[in-house]
Amino acid sequence: MVGARPASRAGRRTMHPRPGAPSGRERTIERMREDVSLLVFARELLLAAPVTIEITLGAAVLAFAMSILFGLARLSPIWLVRALARIYVEFFRGSSALVQLFWLFYVLPHFGILLEPITVGIVGLGLNAGAYGAEIVRGAIIAVDRGQYEAATALNFSRSRTMLRIILPQALVAMMPPFGNLFIELLKGTALVSLITITDITFRAAQLNVFTLQSMEIFSVAINVYLVLALAIIFFMRSMERRLGRGLGRVGGMS
Amino acid sequence: MIWDWEFVWAEALPPLLKVVHITVLATLYGFAIAALLGLLLALLRRAPVRVVSWPVVGFIEYVRSTPLLIQIYIVYFGLLPALDLDPTPFFAGVLALGIHFSTYTSEVYRAGIESVPRGQWEAATALNFRLTQKMVRIILPQAIPPVIPALGNYLVAMFKETPLLAAIGVLELLLTAKNTGSYTFRYIEPFTIVGVFFLIMSIVASLGILRLEDWLKRRRPG
Repeated sequence: MVGARPASRAGRRTMHPRPGAPSGRERTIERMREDVSLLVFARELLLAAPVTIEITLGAAVLAFAMSILFGLARLSPIWLVRALARIYVEFFRGSSALVQLFWLFYVLPHFGILLEPITVGIVGLGLNAGAYGAEIVRGAIIAVDRGQYEAATALNFSRSRTMLRIILPQALVAMMPPFGNLFIELLKGTALVSLITITDITFRAAQLNVFTLQSMEIFSVAINVYLVLALAIIFFMRSMERRLGRGLGRVGGMS
Repeated sequence: MIWDWEFVWAEALPPLLKVVHITVLATLYGFAIAALLGLLLALLRRAPVRVVSWPVVGFIEYVRSTPLLIQIYIVYFGLLPALDLDPTPFFAGVLALGIHFSTYTSEVYRAGIESVPRGQWEAATALNFRLTQKMVRIILPQAIPPVIPALGNYLVAMFKETPLLAAIGVLELLLTAKNTGSYTFRYIEPFTIVGVFFLIMSIVASLGILRLEDWLKRRRPG
């Protein structure tokens, strides 16, 4: 896990203290530095971007499903269901995401469960984000006007039908902005999978850092790749919000 | 045999107890930075000149939407060495945590400042207070107490991010647990203990914050 020590300038200068040998290696490193440009870093990191995107999308789908499931369960009339949902939420929100990933990665094999690292990443981050998402769903459902429930009851809608046709479509619009934030947190969280051997953007950046020691350049490129992905998520969520809000007569009103 | 208590007492727990203060200190120092820098960012954001406020807004959004882990790497491998400092991993990690969470706390302060009634600003202006006086003596004393619980939530959030410091070799709880695992080949106990520790600490802290919130509400008139 521990990469190279940072090459402080002083450190670099004293790397080969042997006198008389201003070291061919140092000159080679210098030349490599000129050759290796930011564009090369950008290319290398973009090649790793599909892994980050795959984990983000996979975990987002899982997180969304868990959010709806456990958000509804938190509001269930059955005591046991509520309690289980509460435990899920508190457990995954309370213990650190990286600890959860490490636990899944290192401990599960002891129980004979061998998962691909990438699966561990998706499941771990998805369950973690789902716990936060469940609270978003719960909040959005509670926030739907009481009159909507009463109207649905008056129209003799069944409980599940009320939820599916009346409450959820309205709650979904309200959920979009906080889910947008959650998915950005999720994207940021995918950097953690680099610590369980998955070759995502962060992993590649750390690797290039060890090879070239051009830390500032590499990590600046990497962070901007993440920024572009984050902007894509923001853009996507805005358009979702607009689409879901259509027909509810309150585009841009609620939320 | 899955869970071995003897192993817990003999091998897994003692090294963790020795480093628990690292995790706690990283949280406290990091939060001190986040609390101060966040306030500074919130104030700068309100600057009347756009040359100041826009870059601040840009910085906040930038840092908030990019991974903390990369920021830790930038501070440790890039920023501090570029300033000719030879940082310890702990110092670099704490600094990165502090900067990252200052962008969150700045939003909290901003909400607090904006919720101070307009009349208070006008009264301070009427009394001929200078801008700094207005802020320090009138606005901030009213803006900060109500947002303390929200700041507390970020303290807990930051606490849960401290395991990331393991990535640059800070010997905190997670890395210690991993090391125990790698030479004993038993990962269950060390990692579970660390997870349970975080769980208990954050539940206790959250309950504390709830009580604090109640207390603040009762204290406020009306």
